[in-house]
Amino acid sequence: MPTTTLAGREIDVDAEGFLTKPEQWDEELAAVLASNIGIELTEAHWVPIRFLRKDFETQKETATLRRVSTVGGIPVKELFALFPGKPAKKMSYVAGLQKPKGCV
Amino acid sequence: MRTLVILGGGTAGTMAANKLRAKLPRGDWRIVVVDQDDIHDYQPGYLFIPFGINTTDQVRRSTHAFLHDGIDFVIAEVDIVEPAEKRVRLVGGRELDYDYLIIASGTTPRPDQTPGMLGDHWHDSVGEFYTFDGAIALRDALARFNGGRLVMHITELPIKCPVAPLEFVMLADDYLRERGLRERTEIVYVTPLDGAFTKPVASRELGHHLETRGITVEPDFMIESVDPDRKVIVSYDEREVGYDLLVTVPLNMGADFVARSGLGDELNYVPVDKHTMQSTAYETIFALGDASNIPTSKAGSVAHFSVEVFVENFLELIAGRPMTHRFDGHANCFVESGGGKALLLDFNYDTEPLTGSFPLPKIGPMSLLKESRANHLGKLAFRHIYWNVLLPGRPMGLPSAMSMAGKNPE
Repeated sequence: MPTTTLAGREIDVDAEGFLTKPEQWDEELAAVLASNIGIELTEAHWVPIRFLRKDFETQKETATLRRVSTVGGIPVKELFALFPGKPAKKMSYVAGLQKPKGCV
Repeated sequence: MRTLVILGGGTAGTMAANKLRAKLPRGDWRIVVVDQDDIHDYQPGYLFIPFGINTTDQVRRSTHAFLHDGIDFVIAEVDIVEPAEKRVRLVGGRELDYDYLIIASGTTPRPDQTPGMLGDHWHDSVGEFYTFDGAIALRDALARFNGGRLVMHITELPIKCPVAPLEFVMLADDYLRERGLRERTEIVYVTPLDGAFTKPVASRELGHHLETRGITVEPDFMIESVDPDRKVIVSYDEREVGYDLLVTVPLNMGADFVARSGLGDELNYVPVDKHTMQSTAYETIFALGDASNIPTSKAGSVAHFSVEVFVENFLELIAGRPMTHRFDGHANCFVESGGGKALLLDFNYDTEPLTGSFPLPKIGPMSLLKESRANHLGKLAFRHIYWNVLLPGRPMGLPSAMSMAGKNPE
């Protein structure tokens, strides 16, 4: 598995740059990950990111866009505004999780 | 006397009922199958109806005809499952008590979940091929089609048979060419994924097939609504794709009774252990076929392989032993690519579809991820295998676990 140096420390990532060890993530790292994809985190961004982290603790997998919207209560439209183009991928990247598996 | 209730008489429910009826003594076990009607369709055949390759009578049978003697068949809608009481309530008031329950109620296209999808234009300028009626309506819509923009659209994953939309555009390419309309038609493939398919190697190979056929891919498109007046689909990030004929795969959801019973996730799929298909909430409940949330394709092959694992485990479970068999997520999908050829995908939870030969290493006769005539003939032959071997629960001679033999890892 490749590693990369982010926020001054060694982080395990996959070929696409998603963290492979969610426990290496913290809020400081989230800001670095976000800036890597051109996003400056605001309080609005933190709502879905915190939901993703919390949901992952119980579900052991990354929530899909639908789950963030129906269970997390954040409209899909808003998620697209916060994380333009590919919200499911971008949110999970910033939250230090694998991209959602829904795609099989 | 113990009772096994199976909700759903489709591929998974019928196979499980027949296989278990052969193994469970009739004096000890009652098996009851519940379905809302007495219709059993060979669903892979729907794809061919719009192009006149399959006729409607080739894909439709009655459910009861495939259930073996000694299986009770109840035609009713399920109102609710009460897992704590181990009871199923049917619409109309009838109750069924069970010792074990199998939820095999599949997944259903839900056009009502996307604003603007339903209306006068439904099954007309906006069509689909995941229902019997939809496939027939699409056959007629294609016959009236005179060129323009033909848009194949997927609402959201997971969907039943995720390769079918790819097959549809490749068959449409052929069909329009034969009718002399291909030059006048733009075929667009609109997907919420970032490429043609979900798995990288297959996405690349299949993407290449679309490209050589001049089919445009519009990736990362999450639909917000259909505007039937302007004939455009609109995404959440406000992109628009215009169509003359829209062929959509609506949002797929599990049965509503699953949600009413508190047994489903956000898409009404039953959360299960992906290796045993046993509910994570109740050990007396299993979900087989498309009804569960296992992370592999919603496909008949998955239903088939997983039911074989389930049956072995179930016999252990009721004998008071631990379940020792594990389903690996094995899926095996023929992909019709037009011109009398097809590709074959073989994969599981851990291994994506690879190139190679199947089922025998180097010999085949079928080739993986590559077009061949043998694959196409395999696909056509499968309808007979389905009715005559698979549903009756006869052994097919294919192991349920995926094999790496004959495959080329990248």
